[in-house]
Amino acid sequence: MVVGSGAPLPTTYSLLPTCVSTNGLIFKPVIRFTHVDKQYSKGAALKDVSLHIAKGEFVFLTGHSGAGKSTMLKMMFAELMPTSGDVRVSGFNVNEIRPREIAKLRRRLGIVFQDFRLLEDRTAEENVAFALEVTGAHRDVIPSKVMRVLTQVGLAAKSHAYPTELSGGEQQRVAIARALVNDPAILLADEPTGNLDERATRGVFQLIREINAGGTCVVMATHDLDLVKQATYRTVEMREGAVVFDSGTDESTSEEEL
Amino acid sequence: MRLVLREALNVFRRAPALSILSITTIAFSLYVVGLFGLVALNLREALRGVEQRVEVVAYLLRGTPPESIAQASEDIAAFPEVQRVTFVSEDEALTRARAELVEFRDAYRDLTVNPLPASLEIQLKEGSRDAVHAQLVAERLRGIGFIDDVRYGREWVEKLDRLRNIGGLVGMSIGLAFAAVAVVIIGVTIRITVLQRAREIAIMRLVGATRGFIRGPFLLEGALKGLLGGILAVIMCYASYLLFRNQSELATSGIVFFKTPQMLLGILFGIAIGLGGSLVSVGRQLKNV
Repeated sequence: MVVGSGAPLPTTYSLLPTCVSTNGLIFKPVIRFTHVDKQYSKGAALKDVSLHIAKGEFVFLTGHSGAGKSTMLKMMFAELMPTSGDVRVSGFNVNEIRPREIAKLRRRLGIVFQDFRLLEDRTAEENVAFALEVTGAHRDVIPSKVMRVLTQVGLAAKSHAYPTELSGGEQQRVAIARALVNDPAILLADEPTGNLDERATRGVFQLIREINAGGTCVVMATHDLDLVKQATYRTVEMREGAVVFDSGTDESTSEEEL
Repeated sequence: MRLVLREALNVFRRAPALSILSITTIAFSLYVVGLFGLVALNLREALRGVEQRVEVVAYLLRGTPPESIAQASEDIAAFPEVQRVTFVSEDEALTRARAELVEFRDAYRDLTVNPLPASLEIQLKEGSRDAVHAQLVAERLRGIGFIDDVRYGREWVEKLDRLRNIGGLVGMSIGLAFAAVAVVIIGVTIRITVLQRAREIAIMRLVGATRGFIRGPFLLEGALKGLLGGILAVIMCYASYLLFRNQSELATSGIVFFKTPQMLLGILFGIAIGLGGSLVSVGRQLKNV
């Protein structure tokens, strides 16, 4: 069995089992939730959630505040652990993941938030470079990689600007560039347009669609139904911690025929 | 390593006020400990001066042959507790009494027969200048036939022992209390600097930084602050020492400052607290992300 560049597999690594889509085609999910519950002292955040997301797929997670969208995303990047059930992401079993393997998992993911989460005292390019530096990337390759993603998000000209000197839309683009710089297989976006005006929302959404078109799996939590209606991507609706609607997989991008 | 060093040094550039505040807090906390250490050190030196006066005196029988005295002196000097043995003849004893006991000067002047015996004055080694060792040496001396009497100021030595024990206990308790307060204050200061960067730590974790990678710059930063705080504390202690020495009449009475190893120990203490404080604070913060 060969995975990636031949590096040894983490102990929590396991191949995700194949799944059968609605039309009988078989695909390998990169994210799989199986009967997942998340219980807090105040009540249940997730109730018996089962969900498979394929490589290259674009999935909207929709629902009102408190529906469980963010909880699901947090489980995907191992910030939260399920109370019961099974969560597997990009080959990692989140239930059993060890602290040192969380960093490895997150290096395979790109994560974008509503509040951008940029370091205020660093320029756009320093924010992006930071994501490479923490992974131990060689310093010779960092400038070119940073410029590549800043160009991709349309911010090459503002690479030396600090976050406070950028608009909300531009800050989110920097955050997306930072998420992309390690070439992740999955982009997790938690309300990425929640703090943006309509024009910036369109621009950021278009950018995320382009990233998906390049083969990156995108899971985007949003309660902006106008945005959801703009594209025919798979939509998973959450309500009170449960999946109440799943439009199914996007066959054109996610499924592989046997 | 280059990145760890850069990130640690960048903190001083990005948050100079907080960095200066934490270094100053570390410095003043260690300064208080250092001042107490300085007082304790000088008290110990003073006590050591008093201890040097602890000696055992063996009075000899009249008519003891000089050869026997010389042989006994050599034997006594070989005792493990003994530093030096001095023979005081009858005439020397009288001369000394006339010089030192001025109120009896007339009585000593009119003497026709010297009533004072010859003696052996035995000084004890450092570490043996206490009642237990003095008693031990005295008992051995009493076994020598031509020794008539042995005195060592038993009550005085026992009082000195008590003073030393109480001083040591009180000094250690107060010193530990000062050190504990310094550790707490420095720990809180470092915790504040870590909390101020909680957001940065969370972002580092999100982009895939390992815990070890995140800890590195914080540990180096804590160690650097401890080092600078420690050096500053030593400088302030030395300034206080000079001020005290110059404004008092103690300039010639042997008031002392820390020796180099003691100063290095103080600075190392600062580094250790800086490192430990950072390790604990970052560890607690990392549990949340």
